[in-house]
Amino acid sequence: MKAERCVELTVLDLVPFGQTGSAPLFFALRLTCPNWPQWTPGQFVMVRPFSFGLEIPWARPLGICHVNSQHLICFFQVLGRGTQRLAGVRSGDKVLVWGPLGNGFAMEENTPTLLLAGGMGIAPFVGYVHRHPQPWNLNMLFGHRPPLDCYPVDSINERIPLDTLHETIPGDLDNLIFSLEERIRDNAEQNGLVLACGPLPFLRTVHGFALKYHARAQLSLENRMACGVGACLGCVTKVRKTNKTQAVQSTEYQQVCTRGPVFWANDLVL
Amino acid sequence: MDLHVTLRGKRQTLQLKNPVLTASGTFGYGAEFSAYGNLSSLGGFIVKGLSLLPRQGNATPRVVETCAGMLNAVGLQNDGVEHFLNKTLPRLPWQHTAVIANIYAASAEEFASLAARLDADERLSALEVNISCPNVKEGGVLFGQDPRLAAEVTSAVCESAPHKHIIVKLSPNVTDIAAMALAVEAAGADSISCINTLQGMSIDYVTRRPRLANVIGGLSGPAIKPVALRCVWQVACAVKIPVIGIGGISCCEDILEFIIAGASAIEIGTANFMDPRAAFTMVQDLPKLCARLGITSLDELRGSLKLD
Repeated sequence: MKAERCVELTVLDLVPFGQTGSAPLFFALRLTCPNWPQWTPGQFVMVRPFSFGLEIPWARPLGICHVNSQHLICFFQVLGRGTQRLAGVRSGDKVLVWGPLGNGFAMEENTPTLLLAGGMGIAPFVGYVHRHPQPWNLNMLFGHRPPLDCYPVDSINERIPLDTLHETIPGDLDNLIFSLEERIRDNAEQNGLVLACGPLPFLRTVHGFALKYHARAQLSLENRMACGVGACLGCVTKVRKTNKTQAVQSTEYQQVCTRGPVFWANDLVL
Repeated sequence: MDLHVTLRGKRQTLQLKNPVLTASGTFGYGAEFSAYGNLSSLGGFIVKGLSLLPRQGNATPRVVETCAGMLNAVGLQNDGVEHFLNKTLPRLPWQHTAVIANIYAASAEEFASLAARLDADERLSALEVNISCPNVKEGGVLFGQDPRLAAEVTSAVCESAPHKHIIVKLSPNVTDIAAMALAVEAAGADSISCINTLQGMSIDYVTRRPRLANVIGGLSGPAIKPVALRCVWQVACAVKIPVIGIGGISCCEDILEFIIAGASAIEIGTANFMDPRAAFTMVQDLPKLCARLGITSLDELRGSLKLD
Protein backbone atom coordinates (compact mmCIF):
# COMPACT_ATOMS: atom_id res chain seq x y z
CA MET A 1 0.00 0.00 0.00
CA LYS A 2 1.36 3.41 -1.00
CA ALA A 3 1.85 5.58 2.05
CA GLU A 4 -0.05 8.84 1.79
CA ARG A 5 1.28 11.98 3.38
CA CYS A 6 -2.15 13.33 4.33
CA VAL A 7 -4.79 10.93 5.61
CA GLU A 8 -8.15 10.90 7.34
CA LEU A 9 -7.75 9.00 10.61
CA THR A 10 -10.36 7.94 13.15
CA VAL A 11 -10.24 8.82 16.85
CA LEU A 12 -9.82 5.65 18.91
CA ASP A 13 -9.98 7.44 22.24
CA LEU A 14 -9.03 10.59 24.08
CA VAL A 15 -7.53 9.92 27.50
CA PRO A 16 -7.43 12.77 30.04
CA PHE A 17 -4.34 13.10 32.24
CA GLY A 18 -4.23 14.61 35.72
CA GLN A 19 -7.55 14.38 37.57
CA THR A 20 -7.46 17.76 39.29
CA GLY A 21 -11.19 18.10 39.85
CA SER A 22 -11.91 20.70 37.22
CA ALA A 23 -12.25 20.01 33.47
CA PRO A 24 -9.14 18.15 32.26
CA LEU A 25 -6.66 20.13 30.18
CA PHE A 26 -4.13 17.43 29.29
CA PHE A 27 -4.94 14.62 26.86
CA ALA A 28 -3.46 11.71 24.99
CA LEU A 29 -5.15 11.53 21.58
CA ARG A 30 -5.10 8.02 20.13
CA LEU A 31 -5.81 7.75 16.39
CA THR A 32 -5.93 4.87 13.92
CA CYS A 33 -2.57 3.94 12.40
CA PRO A 34 -1.39 6.21 9.57
CA ASN A 35 0.72 3.54 7.76
CA TRP A 36 3.91 5.58 7.61
CA PRO A 37 6.97 3.77 6.28
CA GLN A 38 9.05 5.41 9.01
CA TRP A 39 9.24 8.29 11.48
CA THR A 40 11.79 9.82 13.84
CA PRO A 41 11.15 11.01 17.40
CA GLY A 42 11.06 14.80 17.34
CA GLN A 43 8.97 14.90 14.18
CA PHE A 44 5.40 16.19 14.37
CA VAL A 45 2.03 15.97 12.65
CA MET A 46 -0.57 18.54 11.68
CA VAL A 47 -3.89 17.49 13.21
CA ARG A 48 -7.21 18.95 12.10
CA PRO A 49 -10.43 17.41 13.41
CA PHE A 50 -13.36 17.69 10.99
CA SER A 51 -15.17 19.55 13.77
CA PHE A 52 -12.96 22.60 13.11
CA GLY A 53 -15.17 23.28 10.07
CA LEU A 54 -14.40 26.58 8.36
CA GLU A 55 -14.36 28.41 11.68
CA ILE A 56 -10.93 27.19 12.86
CA PRO A 57 -8.82 27.14 9.69
CA TRP A 58 -5.46 25.89 10.90
CA ALA A 59 -4.54 22.37 11.87
CA ARG A 60 -2.61 22.11 15.15
CA PRO A 61 1.02 20.90 15.13
CA LEU A 62 1.42 18.09 17.68
CA GLY A 63 4.60 16.20 18.53
CA ILE A 64 4.45 12.49 17.81
CA CYS A 65 4.51 10.45 21.05
CA HIS A 66 4.16 6.92 19.82
CA VAL A 67 3.34 4.99 16.63
CA ASN A 68 2.81 1.26 16.15
CA SER A 69 0.79 -0.94 13.82
CA GLN A 70 -2.39 -0.15 15.75
CA HIS A 71 -2.28 3.55 16.46
CA LEU A 72 -0.70 7.00 16.50
CA ILE A 73 -0.60 8.80 19.84
CA CYS A 74 -0.16 12.53 20.33
CA PHE A 75 -0.26 14.48 23.53
CA PHE A 76 -1.71 17.97 23.92
CA GLN A 77 -2.69 20.62 26.43
CA VAL A 78 -5.77 22.80 26.04
CA LEU A 79 -4.51 26.36 25.53
CA GLY A 80 -6.80 28.08 23.05
CA ARG A 81 -9.91 27.55 20.95
CA GLY A 82 -8.28 24.97 18.66
CA THR A 83 -7.07 22.63 21.40
CA GLN A 84 -10.35 23.27 23.26
CA ARG A 85 -12.29 21.99 20.23
CA LEU A 86 -9.80 19.12 19.85
CA ALA A 87 -10.53 18.14 23.46
CA GLY A 88 -14.15 17.63 22.41
CA VAL A 89 -13.52 14.83 19.88
CA ARG A 90 -15.07 11.42 20.58
CA SER A 91 -14.22 7.88 19.54
CA GLY A 92 -15.15 7.43 15.89
CA ASP A 93 -14.68 11.11 14.92
CA LYS A 94 -12.63 11.86 11.82
CA VAL A 95 -9.38 13.81 11.95
CA LEU A 96 -7.22 14.99 9.05
CA VAL A 97 -3.54 14.30 9.71
CA TRP A 98 -0.52 15.16 7.62
CA GLY A 99 3.00 14.04 8.44
CA PRO A 100 5.38 12.92 9.74
CA LEU A 101 6.83 16.41 9.31
CA GLY A 102 10.17 18.08 9.95
CA ASN A 103 13.44 16.66 11.25
CA GLY A 104 13.67 14.58 14.40
CA PHE A 105 16.31 14.51 17.13
CA ALA A 106 19.77 13.06 16.61
CA MET A 107 20.14 9.57 18.10
CA GLU A 108 23.67 8.36 18.90
CA GLU A 109 23.45 5.09 20.79
CA ASN A 110 26.81 5.28 22.57
CA THR A 111 26.77 8.98 23.43
CA PRO A 112 25.75 10.14 26.92
CA THR A 113 22.56 12.00 26.07
CA LEU A 114 20.82 14.53 28.29
CA LEU A 115 17.09 15.05 27.64
CA LEU A 116 15.67 18.35 28.89
CA ALA A 117 11.92 18.88 28.81
CA GLY A 118 9.81 21.80 29.96
CA GLY A 119 6.05 21.24 30.32
CA MET A 120 4.50 19.86 27.14
CA GLY A 121 8.02 19.61 25.74
CA ILE A 122 8.02 16.13 27.24
CA ALA A 123 5.89 14.74 24.37
CA PRO A 124 8.58 13.92 21.75
CA PHE A 125 10.79 12.27 24.41
CA VAL A 126 8.20 9.54 25.02
CA GLY A 127 8.97 8.16 21.56
CA TYR A 128 12.66 8.96 21.91
CA VAL A 129 13.30 6.91 25.06
CA HIS A 130 11.37 3.95 23.61
CA ARG A 131 13.23 4.08 20.31
CA HIS A 132 16.74 4.49 21.81
CA PRO A 133 18.67 1.18 21.62
CA GLN A 134 20.79 1.88 24.74
CA PRO A 135 18.56 3.75 27.18
CA TRP A 136 21.20 3.50 29.94
CA ASN A 137 23.03 6.29 28.07
CA LEU A 138 20.06 8.61 28.58
CA ASN A 139 19.30 10.83 31.53
CA MET A 140 16.45 13.25 31.74
CA LEU A 141 15.37 16.36 33.61
CA PHE A 142 11.75 17.47 33.44
CA GLY A 143 10.62 20.88 34.68
CA HIS A 144 6.87 21.44 35.04
CA ARG A 145 4.27 23.71 36.69
CA PRO A 146 1.02 21.69 36.64
CA PRO A 147 1.13 18.44 38.72
CA LEU A 148 3.28 15.60 37.43
CA ASP A 149 0.30 13.33 36.70
CA CYS A 150 -0.77 15.74 33.93
CA TYR A 151 2.11 14.43 31.81
CA PRO A 152 2.94 11.03 30.24
CA VAL A 153 5.78 10.34 32.70
CA ASP A 154 4.98 6.68 33.39
CA SER A 155 5.79 5.75 29.84
CA ILE A 156 9.23 7.38 30.21
CA ASN A 157 9.88 5.92 33.67
CA GLU A 158 9.45 2.44 32.18
CA ARG A 159 12.66 2.98 30.26
CA ILE A 160 14.80 5.53 32.11
CA PRO A 161 14.88 7.24 35.50
CA LEU A 162 13.24 10.63 35.18
CA ASP A 163 14.29 13.51 37.42
CA THR A 164 11.51 16.01 37.85
CA LEU A 165 11.43 19.53 39.18
CA HIS A 166 8.02 20.91 40.12
CA GLU A 167 7.98 24.69 39.84
CA THR A 168 5.48 26.09 42.34
CA ILE A 169 7.16 29.12 43.91
CA PRO A 170 9.50 31.67 42.26
CA GLY A 171 12.55 30.14 43.99
CA ASP A 172 11.95 26.87 42.14
CA LEU A 173 12.79 28.57 38.87
CA ASP A 174 16.28 29.42 40.16
CA ASN A 175 16.62 25.79 41.14
CA LEU A 176 15.65 24.64 37.66
CA ILE A 177 18.07 27.05 36.02
CA PHE A 178 20.84 25.90 38.38
CA SER A 179 20.14 22.23 37.57
CA LEU A 180 20.03 22.92 33.84
CA GLU A 181 23.42 24.63 33.96
CA GLU A 182 25.02 21.88 36.04
CA ARG A 183 23.75 19.07 33.81
CA ILE A 184 24.61 20.80 30.54
CA ARG A 185 28.15 21.50 31.84
CA ASP A 186 28.60 17.86 32.90
CA ASN A 187 27.29 16.62 29.57
CA ALA A 188 29.62 18.93 27.64
CA GLU A 189 32.60 17.63 29.66
CA GLN A 190 31.68 14.09 28.57
CA ASN A 191 31.38 15.30 24.97
CA GLY A 192 27.76 14.17 25.08
CA LEU A 193 24.57 15.29 23.40
CA VAL A 194 21.88 17.58 24.82
CA LEU A 195 18.32 17.50 23.46
CA ALA A 196 15.72 20.00 24.63
CA CYS A 197 12.06 20.74 24.03
CA GLY A 198 9.81 23.18 25.86
CA PRO A 199 8.51 26.74 25.91
CA LEU A 200 10.69 29.52 24.50
CA PRO A 201 12.01 30.93 27.85
CA PHE A 202 13.09 27.38 28.79
CA LEU A 203 14.80 26.88 25.43
CA ARG A 204 16.53 30.27 25.69
CA THR A 205 18.01 29.19 29.02
CA VAL A 206 19.20 25.87 27.59
CA HIS A 207 20.52 27.67 24.51
CA GLY A 208 22.55 30.08 26.64
CA PHE A 209 24.19 27.31 28.68
CA ALA A 210 24.79 25.15 25.59
CA LEU A 211 26.75 27.99 23.97
CA LYS A 212 28.55 28.84 27.23
CA TYR A 213 29.86 25.28 27.74
CA HIS A 214 30.18 24.39 24.04
CA ALA A 215 27.74 21.54 24.46
CA ARG A 216 26.48 19.73 21.39
CA ALA A 217 22.83 20.59 21.72
CA GLN A 218 19.67 20.35 19.70
CA LEU A 219 16.55 22.38 20.47
CA SER A 220 13.05 21.61 19.26
CA LEU A 221 11.02 24.78 18.64
CA GLU A 222 7.25 24.92 18.83
CA ASN A 223 6.29 28.03 16.86
CA ARG A 224 2.78 28.72 15.65
CA MET A 225 2.26 27.61 12.07
CA ALA A 226 -0.50 27.58 9.48
CA CYS A 227 0.52 24.87 7.03
CA GLY A 228 3.32 22.64 8.35
CA VAL A 229 4.73 22.15 4.85
CA GLY A 230 6.97 25.20 4.44
CA ALA A 231 4.57 27.41 2.48
CA CYS A 232 3.06 30.00 4.83
CA LEU A 233 6.39 31.34 6.17
CA GLY A 234 4.62 32.03 9.45
CA CYS A 235 6.64 29.75 11.74
CA VAL A 236 10.07 31.08 10.75
CA THR A 237 12.93 31.50 13.22
CA LYS A 238 16.21 33.37 12.89
CA VAL A 239 19.12 31.15 11.91
CA ARG A 240 22.79 31.98 11.34
CA LYS A 241 23.79 31.78 7.70
CA THR A 242 26.53 29.24 7.04
CA ASN A 243 28.57 31.41 4.73
CA LYS A 244 32.14 31.15 5.99
CA THR A 245 33.58 33.64 3.51
CA GLN A 246 31.64 36.53 5.00
CA ALA A 247 33.45 38.47 7.70
CA VAL A 248 30.20 39.74 9.21
CA GLN A 249 27.86 36.94 10.25
CA SER A 250 24.42 37.27 8.76
CA THR A 251 21.12 35.64 9.65
CA GLU A 252 18.10 34.47 7.74
CA TYR A 253 14.59 33.29 8.56
CA GLN A 254 14.01 29.56 8.17
CA GLN A 255 10.78 27.61 8.47
CA VAL A 256 10.50 25.70 11.76
CA CYS A 257 8.17 23.18 10.08
CA THR A 258 10.51 22.01 7.31
CA ARG A 259 13.99 23.13 8.41
CA GLY A 260 13.27 22.18 12.04
CA PRO A 261 11.52 21.78 14.37
CA VAL A 262 14.84 20.42 15.72
CA PHE A 263 17.81 22.78 15.20
CA TRP A 264 21.40 22.65 16.40
CA ALA A 265 21.77 25.27 19.13
CA ASN A 266 24.81 26.78 17.38
CA ASP A 267 22.71 27.69 14.35
CA LEU A 268 19.92 29.43 16.23
CA VAL A 269 19.51 33.07 17.20
CA LEU A 270 16.88 32.94 19.94
CA MET B 1 -16.56 17.71 -19.13
CA ASP B 2 -14.02 20.03 -20.71
CA LEU B 3 -12.60 22.23 -17.97
CA HIS B 4 -10.21 24.04 -20.28
CA VAL B 5 -10.11 27.82 -19.85
CA THR B 6 -8.84 30.47 -22.24
CA LEU B 7 -7.97 33.83 -20.73
CA ARG B 8 -8.04 36.08 -23.79
CA GLY B 9 -6.20 39.27 -22.93
CA LYS B 10 -5.69 42.33 -25.10
CA ARG B 11 -2.06 41.39 -25.77
CA GLN B 12 -1.52 37.76 -24.82
CA THR B 13 -3.77 34.75 -24.28
CA LEU B 14 -3.29 32.35 -21.38
CA GLN B 15 -4.49 28.76 -21.78
CA LEU B 16 -5.27 26.73 -18.64
CA LYS B 17 -6.25 23.06 -18.51
CA ASN B 18 -8.78 23.90 -15.79
CA PRO B 19 -9.78 27.01 -13.81
CA VAL B 20 -8.08 25.98 -10.54
CA LEU B 21 -4.93 27.96 -9.73
CA THR B 22 -3.22 28.31 -6.36
CA ALA B 23 -2.71 31.76 -4.88
CA SER B 24 0.68 33.35 -4.37
CA GLY B 25 2.04 32.99 -0.85
CA THR B 26 -0.14 30.00 -0.01
CA PHE B 27 1.55 27.33 -2.11
CA GLY B 28 5.27 28.04 -1.68
CA TYR B 29 7.03 27.43 -4.98
CA GLY B 30 4.78 24.43 -5.69
CA ALA B 31 7.29 21.75 -4.73
CA GLU B 32 6.20 22.02 -1.07
CA PHE B 33 2.89 20.41 -2.08
CA SER B 34 4.17 17.72 -4.44
CA ALA B 35 3.85 15.08 -1.69
CA TYR B 36 0.12 15.84 -1.41
CA GLY B 37 -1.05 15.68 -5.02
CA ASN B 38 -0.10 15.84 -8.68
CA LEU B 39 1.04 19.40 -9.41
CA SER B 40 0.46 18.84 -13.13
CA SER B 41 -3.24 18.25 -12.51
CA LEU B 42 -3.72 21.89 -11.48
CA GLY B 43 -4.73 24.60 -13.91
CA GLY B 44 -1.55 26.27 -12.72
CA PHE B 45 0.17 27.62 -9.67
CA ILE B 46 1.29 31.11 -8.79
CA VAL B 47 4.55 31.09 -6.90
CA LYS B 48 5.45 33.09 -3.80
CA GLY B 49 5.96 36.79 -4.64
CA LEU B 50 9.35 37.42 -6.26
CA SER B 51 11.48 40.54 -6.00
CA LEU B 52 14.66 41.47 -7.87
CA LEU B 53 16.80 40.92 -4.77
CA PRO B 54 16.21 38.48 -1.89
CA ARG B 55 14.00 39.82 0.90
CA GLN B 56 14.14 38.71 4.53
CA GLY B 57 10.52 39.59 5.25
CA ASN B 58 8.99 41.04 8.39
CA ALA B 59 9.74 40.29 12.04
CA THR B 60 7.80 37.52 13.80
CA PRO B 61 5.03 36.77 14.75
CA ARG B 62 3.85 37.03 11.17
CA VAL B 63 0.67 34.99 11.12
CA VAL B 64 -2.31 34.72 13.44
CA GLU B 65 -5.46 32.65 13.17
CA THR B 66 -8.77 34.50 13.31
CA CYS B 67 -12.37 33.36 13.16
CA ALA B 68 -12.80 31.59 9.79
CA GLY B 69 -9.63 33.20 8.54
CA MET B 70 -6.09 34.31 9.25
CA LEU B 71 -3.96 37.42 9.23
CA ASN B 72 -0.51 37.44 7.70
CA ALA B 73 2.25 39.99 7.57
CA VAL B 74 5.02 37.90 6.06
CA GLY B 75 6.37 40.85 4.09
CA LEU B 76 7.32 39.01 0.88
CA GLN B 77 10.20 36.92 2.20
CA ASN B 78 11.74 35.36 -0.91
CA ASP B 79 15.06 34.22 -2.38
CA GLY B 80 15.05 36.75 -5.21
CA VAL B 81 14.39 36.27 -8.90
CA GLU B 82 17.81 34.82 -9.87
CA HIS B 83 17.64 32.06 -7.27
CA PHE B 84 14.11 31.26 -8.42
CA LEU B 85 15.06 31.03 -12.10
CA ASN B 86 18.28 29.07 -11.56
CA LYS B 87 17.48 26.81 -8.63
CA THR B 88 13.72 26.50 -8.14
CA LEU B 89 12.06 26.74 -11.55
CA PRO B 90 14.06 23.87 -13.18
CA ARG B 91 12.49 21.47 -10.66
CA LEU B 92 8.90 22.54 -11.36
CA PRO B 93 6.62 20.77 -13.90
CA TRP B 94 6.32 23.83 -16.16
CA GLN B 95 5.95 21.62 -19.26
CA HIS B 96 2.72 20.17 -17.86
CA THR B 97 0.98 23.06 -16.13
CA ALA B 98 1.06 26.85 -16.05
CA VAL B 99 3.69 28.22 -13.69
CA ILE B 100 2.94 31.87 -13.02
CA ALA B 101 5.37 34.27 -11.36
CA ASN B 102 3.94 36.78 -8.90
CA ILE B 103 6.14 39.89 -8.92
CA TYR B 104 6.67 42.67 -6.42
CA ALA B 105 8.80 45.82 -6.63
CA ALA B 106 9.06 49.16 -4.86
CA SER B 107 8.86 51.34 -7.99
CA ALA B 108 7.56 51.23 -11.56
CA GLU B 109 11.17 51.13 -12.83
CA GLU B 110 11.98 48.15 -10.64
CA PHE B 111 8.79 46.41 -11.77
CA ALA B 112 9.95 46.97 -15.36
CA SER B 113 13.40 45.43 -14.72
CA LEU B 114 11.86 42.41 -13.00
CA ALA B 115 9.33 41.90 -15.80
CA ALA B 116 12.07 42.22 -18.42
CA ARG B 117 14.13 39.58 -16.62
CA LEU B 118 11.22 37.12 -16.75
CA ASP B 119 9.81 37.96 -20.19
CA ALA B 120 12.05 35.67 -22.25
CA ASP B 121 11.74 32.69 -19.93
CA GLU B 122 9.54 30.17 -21.73
CA ARG B 123 8.98 28.20 -18.53
CA LEU B 124 6.68 30.89 -17.16
CA SER B 125 3.16 31.14 -18.59
CA ALA B 126 2.25 34.52 -17.16
CA LEU B 127 3.17 37.20 -14.65
CA GLU B 128 0.89 38.30 -11.82
CA VAL B 129 1.66 41.86 -10.77
CA ASN B 130 1.28 42.43 -7.05
CA ILE B 131 0.13 46.00 -6.53
CA SER B 132 -1.84 45.04 -3.46
CA CYS B 133 0.46 43.70 -0.75
CA PRO B 134 -0.55 45.34 2.54
CA ASN B 135 2.59 44.19 4.38
CA VAL B 136 5.51 46.08 2.85
CA LYS B 137 6.71 49.59 3.57
CA GLU B 138 7.39 50.67 0.00
CA GLY B 139 5.00 50.27 -2.89
CA GLY B 140 2.68 47.35 -2.28
CA VAL B 141 -0.87 48.38 -1.67
CA LEU B 142 -0.04 52.05 -2.31
CA PHE B 143 0.23 51.22 -6.02
CA GLY B 144 -3.10 49.49 -5.82
CA GLN B 145 -4.95 52.34 -4.14
CA ASP B 146 -4.23 55.05 -6.71
CA PRO B 147 -5.52 54.41 -10.26
CA ARG B 148 -2.76 56.58 -11.75
CA LEU B 149 0.06 54.65 -10.00
CA ALA B 150 -1.63 51.32 -10.76
CA ALA B 151 -1.78 52.22 -14.45
CA GLU B 152 1.85 53.37 -14.40
CA VAL B 153 3.05 50.06 -12.95
CA THR B 154 0.83 48.06 -15.31
CA SER B 155 2.09 49.78 -18.46
CA ALA B 156 5.71 49.53 -17.26
CA VAL B 157 5.32 45.76 -16.83
CA CYS B 158 3.41 45.31 -20.11
CA GLU B 159 6.07 47.19 -22.08
CA SER B 160 8.90 45.24 -20.46
CA ALA B 161 7.26 41.84 -20.87
CA PRO B 162 5.62 41.89 -24.31
CA HIS B 163 5.60 38.09 -24.57
CA LYS B 164 3.85 37.38 -21.30
CA HIS B 165 0.19 37.40 -20.31
CA ILE B 166 0.02 40.07 -17.59
CA ILE B 167 -2.37 39.57 -14.68
CA VAL B 168 -2.76 42.52 -12.31
CA LYS B 169 -3.76 41.57 -8.75
CA LEU B 170 -6.06 44.12 -7.15
CA SER B 171 -6.56 45.08 -3.54
CA PRO B 172 -9.99 45.23 -1.88
CA ASN B 173 -8.69 48.05 0.33
CA VAL B 174 -10.06 50.75 -1.99
CA THR B 175 -13.21 52.81 -2.25
CA ASP B 176 -14.03 51.78 -5.82
CA ILE B 177 -12.45 48.58 -7.10
CA ALA B 178 -14.13 48.92 -10.51
CA ALA B 179 -12.26 52.19 -11.07
CA MET B 180 -8.96 50.45 -10.31
CA ALA B 181 -9.88 47.64 -12.69
CA LEU B 182 -10.68 50.07 -15.51
CA ALA B 183 -7.38 51.88 -14.93
CA VAL B 184 -5.24 48.73 -15.24
CA GLU B 185 -7.30 47.46 -18.18
CA ALA B 186 -6.69 50.73 -20.04
CA ALA B 187 -2.98 50.48 -19.18
CA GLY B 188 -2.71 47.12 -20.95
CA ALA B 189 -3.42 44.38 -18.40
CA ASP B 190 -4.43 41.08 -20.02
CA SER B 191 -6.45 39.96 -17.01
CA ILE B 192 -7.24 40.95 -13.44
CA SER B 193 -7.06 38.82 -10.31
CA CYS B 194 -8.94 39.88 -7.20
CA ILE B 195 -8.89 40.07 -4.29
CA ASN B 196 -5.67 40.29 -2.33
CA THR B 197 -6.05 40.32 1.49
CA LEU B 198 -8.11 42.82 3.47
CA GLN B 199 -6.19 44.87 5.98
CA GLY B 200 -6.87 43.80 9.54
CA MET B 201 -5.39 43.44 13.02
CA SER B 202 -5.61 41.29 16.10
CA ILE B 203 -4.96 42.25 19.73
CA ASP B 204 -3.98 40.15 22.74
CA TYR B 205 -6.12 41.66 25.51
CA VAL B 206 -3.90 40.22 28.26
CA THR B 207 -0.59 41.67 27.07
CA ARG B 208 -2.31 44.59 25.27
CA ARG B 209 -0.01 43.93 22.34
CA PRO B 210 -0.82 43.38 18.68
CA ARG B 211 -0.59 39.70 17.76
CA LEU B 212 1.42 40.57 14.64
CA ALA B 213 4.85 42.17 14.94
CA ASN B 214 3.86 44.34 11.97
CA VAL B 215 0.68 45.38 13.91
CA ILE B 216 -1.41 45.29 10.72
CA GLY B 217 -1.69 42.36 8.35
CA GLY B 218 -3.81 40.95 5.56
CA LEU B 219 -6.97 38.94 6.28
CA SER B 220 -7.68 35.88 4.15
CA GLY B 221 -9.76 32.71 4.38
CA PRO B 222 -13.47 31.83 4.32
CA ALA B 223 -14.28 35.01 6.29
CA ILE B 224 -13.53 37.22 3.26
CA LYS B 225 -15.47 35.26 0.63
CA PRO B 226 -18.51 37.58 0.52
CA VAL B 227 -16.22 40.61 0.01
CA ALA B 228 -14.32 38.77 -2.72
CA LEU B 229 -17.51 37.76 -4.54
CA ARG B 230 -18.72 41.34 -4.46
CA CYS B 231 -15.40 42.61 -5.85
CA VAL B 232 -15.24 39.98 -8.62
CA TRP B 233 -18.78 40.81 -9.65
CA GLN B 234 -18.14 44.58 -9.72
CA VAL B 235 -14.88 44.16 -11.64
CA ALA B 236 -16.33 41.64 -14.12
CA CYS B 237 -19.20 44.04 -14.84
CA ALA B 238 -16.77 46.91 -15.45
CA VAL B 239 -14.07 45.41 -17.66
CA LYS B 240 -13.85 43.33 -20.85
CA ILE B 241 -10.69 41.40 -19.93
CA PRO B 242 -10.94 38.13 -17.97
CA VAL B 243 -11.17 38.13 -14.18
CA ILE B 244 -9.58 35.57 -11.84
CA GLY B 245 -11.46 35.25 -8.55
CA ILE B 246 -9.69 34.83 -5.21
CA GLY B 247 -10.89 35.01 -1.63
CA GLY B 248 -11.95 32.31 0.79
CA ILE B 249 -12.60 29.55 -1.74
CA SER B 250 -12.61 26.25 0.14
CA CYS B 251 -14.74 23.90 -2.00
CA CYS B 252 -16.07 23.40 -5.52
CA GLU B 253 -19.39 25.04 -4.65
CA ASP B 254 -17.42 28.20 -3.89
CA ILE B 255 -15.71 27.97 -7.31
CA LEU B 256 -19.08 27.90 -9.05
CA GLU B 257 -20.20 30.99 -7.14
CA PHE B 258 -17.15 32.93 -8.36
CA ILE B 259 -17.66 31.79 -11.97
CA ILE B 260 -21.33 32.81 -11.81
CA ALA B 261 -20.16 36.22 -10.53
CA GLY B 262 -18.03 36.54 -13.69
CA ALA B 263 -14.67 34.87 -12.95
CA SER B 264 -12.95 32.87 -15.71
CA ALA B 265 -10.59 31.12 -13.30
CA ILE B 266 -10.03 31.10 -9.55
CA GLU B 267 -7.16 30.89 -7.06
CA ILE B 268 -7.14 28.71 -3.94
CA GLY B 269 -5.36 30.39 -1.02
CA THR B 270 -5.85 29.79 2.70
CA ALA B 271 -7.65 26.49 1.96
CA ASN B 272 -4.22 25.05 1.03
CA PHE B 273 -3.26 25.48 4.69
CA MET B 274 -6.48 23.87 5.96
CA ASP B 275 -5.82 20.75 3.89
CA PRO B 276 -2.70 20.42 1.71
CA ARG B 277 -4.75 18.35 -0.75
CA ALA B 278 -7.42 21.06 -1.12
CA ALA B 279 -6.58 22.36 -4.61
CA PHE B 280 -5.98 18.86 -6.01
CA THR B 281 -9.28 17.63 -4.55
CA MET B 282 -11.16 20.55 -6.10
CA VAL B 283 -9.74 19.78 -9.56
CA GLN B 284 -11.10 16.24 -9.22
CA ASP B 285 -14.45 17.19 -7.72
CA LEU B 286 -15.36 20.12 -9.99
CA PRO B 287 -16.51 18.05 -13.00
CA LYS B 288 -18.54 15.78 -10.69
CA LEU B 289 -20.33 18.75 -9.15
CA CYS B 290 -21.00 20.25 -12.60
CA ALA B 291 -22.41 16.93 -13.81
CA ARG B 292 -24.68 16.74 -10.80
CA LEU B 293 -26.02 20.23 -11.53
CA GLY B 294 -26.33 19.67 -15.29
CA ILE B 295 -23.65 22.22 -16.10
CA THR B 296 -21.98 21.23 -19.37
CA SER B 297 -19.62 24.16 -19.92
CA LEU B 298 -17.92 26.73 -17.75
CA ASP B 299 -18.44 29.31 -20.52
CA GLU B 300 -22.19 28.92 -20.12
CA LEU B 301 -21.88 29.38 -16.36
CA ARG B 302 -19.58 32.40 -16.38
CA GLY B 303 -21.32 35.65 -15.49
CA SER B 304 -24.70 33.94 -15.40
CA LEU B 305 -25.81 35.70 -12.22
CA LYS B 306 -29.59 36.20 -12.38
CA LEU B 307 -30.66 39.59 -11.15
CA ASP B 308 -34.37 39.70 -11.86
